[in-house]
Amino acid sequence: MSMNTPSLLSIQDLEIRFRTEDGEIAPVRGVTLSVAPGETLALVGESGSGKSVTSLSVMGLLPRPAGRVSGGKILFRQRSGRTVDLAALPLSDLRGLRGAEIAMVFQEPMTSLNPVLTVGEQIAESVRLHMGLGHASALKRAEEMLDLVEIPHARRRVHEYPHQMSGGMRQRVMIALAMSCNPSLLIADEPTTALDVTIQAQILALIQRLQREIGMGVLFITHNLGVVAEIADRVTVMYAGQVVETGSVGEIFRTPRHPYTNALLNCLPARARRGEDGRRVVQSIPGSIGKIGDGCAFAPRCVHATDPCGVGTVLLETEMDRSVRCLRWREIPA
Amino acid sequence: MEQSPLLLFFRRMFRRKLVLIAFLVLCVIMLMALLAPWVAPYEPTAIKVIRRLKPPGELNWLGTDEFGRDILSRIIYGARASLGIGFAVVLVSMTFGTLFGLLAGYFRSLDGLVMRVVDALMALPDILLAIFLVAVLGASAFNVVLALSIVYTPRVIRVVRASTLVIRELPFVEAARALGVSTRRILSVHILLNVASPVLVQATFIFAYAVLAEAGLSFLGAGVPPELPTWGTMIASGQQYADQAFWVVLFPGLAIVLAALSLQVVGDGLRDMLDPKLRKAL
Amino acid sequence: MSALPLLAVEGLTKHFGRAPHPVRAVEDVSFHVAPGEVLGLVGESGSGKSTIGRLVLRLIHPTSGTIRFEGEDISRRPERQLKALRRNAQMVFQDPYASLNPRLRVRDIIGEALDAHRLASGSRRTERIAELLETVGLPAAHMSRFPHEFSGGQRQRIGIARALAVEPKLIIADEPVSALDVSVQAQVINLMQDLRQRFGLAMLFISHDLDVVELMCDRIAVLYLGRIMEIGSAKDVASRPRHPYTRALLAASPKADPDAPKIRRMLTGDIPSPMAPPSGCVFRTRCPIATEECARNVPKLRSAEGDHQFACLYDMANDERPAAA
Repeated sequence: MSMNTPSLLSIQDLEIRFRTEDGEIAPVRGVTLSVAPGETLALVGESGSGKSVTSLSVMGLLPRPAGRVSGGKILFRQRSGRTVDLAALPLSDLRGLRGAEIAMVFQEPMTSLNPVLTVGEQIAESVRLHMGLGHASALKRAEEMLDLVEIPHARRRVHEYPHQMSGGMRQRVMIALAMSCNPSLLIADEPTTALDVTIQAQILALIQRLQREIGMGVLFITHNLGVVAEIADRVTVMYAGQVVETGSVGEIFRTPRHPYTNALLNCLPARARRGEDGRRVVQSIPGSIGKIGDGCAFAPRCVHATDPCGVGTVLLETEMDRSVRCLRWREIPA
Repeated sequence: MEQSPLLLFFRRMFRRKLVLIAFLVLCVIMLMALLAPWVAPYEPTAIKVIRRLKPPGELNWLGTDEFGRDILSRIIYGARASLGIGFAVVLVSMTFGTLFGLLAGYFRSLDGLVMRVVDALMALPDILLAIFLVAVLGASAFNVVLALSIVYTPRVIRVVRASTLVIRELPFVEAARALGVSTRRILSVHILLNVASPVLVQATFIFAYAVLAEAGLSFLGAGVPPELPTWGTMIASGQQYADQAFWVVLFPGLAIVLAALSLQVVGDGLRDMLDPKLRKAL
Repeated sequence: MSALPLLAVEGLTKHFGRAPHPVRAVEDVSFHVAPGEVLGLVGESGSGKSTIGRLVLRLIHPTSGTIRFEGEDISRRPERQLKALRRNAQMVFQDPYASLNPRLRVRDIIGEALDAHRLASGSRRTERIAELLETVGLPAAHMSRFPHEFSGGQRQRIGIARALAVEPKLIIADEPVSALDVSVQAQVINLMQDLRQRFGLAMLFISHDLDVVELMCDRIAVLYLGRIMEIGSAKDVASRPRHPYTRALLAASPKADPDAPKIRRMLTGDIPSPMAPPSGCVFRTRCPIATEECARNVPKLRSAEGDHQFACLYDMANDERPAAA
């Protein structure tokens, strides 16, 4: 799908470096992914995989001056048809795109909303800024937006403050804020992680509905494989700062090629198998993400690893719509 | 990767040059105070009437006062009293402040009473309260320490109580309670160890305030008796000669400013280092 | 239940704050746990599941109701007389970071449990700590390290070792794997399963994740706004749910399978505030089959089959649908 349609967002071999007390680290060192218009790409990974840093870099929100893009490109196709490299764009130009063409929804809506402004004022402010509407029509638009995200009694609630709302309602407000300028790309960074399951189901359904109606591309960052199966068209799996596999949601879940993807899926409690003693046991991945050395980053925890896995750089192999970063994927039984 | 905690402490602490300079200044002042008999060029009380109110020069680097006593020597000896009083105030207010802060924060039934007293004491301006207390108790070094401790203990109580309120709700305290660990151990190990860093920062600030307040009290005649050289008494007794011999008040004043400022800067450095949020940002 | 239950909770109620609008965190909850049995408490925020765990351990005081541990009512005992409970019931926490004192070495974190009950001292104490660390899959040599030197999963293992130190019969596990990555979560689940078998531990396993609960538990209690909606064997509750809330909860949990049917039936609205729970059945404001009748009476738990019980006026399995729906 993505190869034939020109991408909306195309990240190529991205590398991000951070200065820390203990010297420079590279939490992202080899991310290649693309999002086509109207599709949802789920970016999956555990903590330390670099998925959130990747999403922040697209929005130009890396903490300055400690973090910077040190390699690769973040190509974004603007509404005008022009393609720009977000990594090289001056901050002022990026600000113009942010909120207007690229919108973002975070995990914790409370910290992303201004506590001293009503939700209506916040949406209206963004609309005024990006669409140049007047005060009254901006507020009217805010009301429409709350209606769009299915907040009941939008006319009344437009005057409420964030703290008067529940977590689920605040996340709806965040989405309304993101949608208020018709973005062509939505970056959703763990938007349902802090929510209860019944509320999560509502928010996922809302994002899907809006995507269909507006036709935007969605980069959905999550660690929850259930959520991935629910909403993604395609999936990119990250491990230790690198993309290890990309494919359609069906391919990733049914025939994973990278040993990490496979092992991760088998860690799910729903995939527990009965052992010889009749107990149900989940497979686990031994150890944890350790120090990154030479060779494949997953090799120290991989059951299929052989000597060659520990040396040199392992490249991301792309074939049709699938990519995998593993020396042995052809030999390993799925 | 592995570094000794002490080394890491110093590396973080002195990332800012100013903190390092302030720390070194403090070290010099304290060393001089400790080694006063060896460092001071003259006896601080040696009166030489013929050399009274001499400007800074070869014989007396910082000049002499109205009795011809060497100002540098008096500043060095004065540091003993000024810093000694400050240090004593820190010790006393830390001890009682930590104790009452822990109790008020952990036992909600005590909180109302303790905090009402704290609020009442903090409502009064520091120096007025101190003057009042010294007036009641009588002027002596011991009473100055007592008065300033009463003034600064409430600050410590506040800091400790606020931290205790947060820490008592943390799961590791709950875990200790579930294990049947005694309340005394919960307070003295689990909570005290974790309030130690904000208290330490507070200590440096109180040290600075106490040095300033002692000087203020002595200047106003409500402090230590004038025979004992402190930076405050030096300014107090020298003020009437200030128009003809500025050095009589300038140098003790500079000593106060330098000591207080250094303490504050070190305190700031300590706070920045211990605050995990600020540490991350660097 | 023929055997004496290890834990029997009867009419347990906890209100925080004062009348007229207390937070009704737990309302008239009854259940029991047999020796060696694992009971799952499932629910969303405001369900009272964590409060129940803390009540059972007497970390907070119940407003009313009884808690019997090995037959003895401990619900109103003063702290001084809880030594036996502190020895027999322990807790494992959700947050692997906040549950270990950052200023203590692992040796002292685990050793404190031994000291509190005078279980071992001197070289025997060190041996025991080493043994406990090895039991949870950590090298004994790590005992002189501080918590920040460990990963989240390793810290959770330390928390488990601390709980095991007093050789308890019951463990309250409050979302023990929720804060962990999937791959680490699996390690800790398997560890807890092993320990359960090895030491015959009973558990109160508190979680919002139905998949984890189904895997770990013998029986499951589903809670909503402080009340039990449904309780029964894990199999019955997960595959033959009788309460509309349980059904909705199962339907809302996303399955990690792109071929599974997508979430269709969805609950509308928010979870009501526990300060002002709805009258009658607390779930009625979001329930797809609620009728006027539901506003009038609090439905009592009733039996489906065996010890499977649910609190709803209508039995969806037997097509006892309200006339209006």
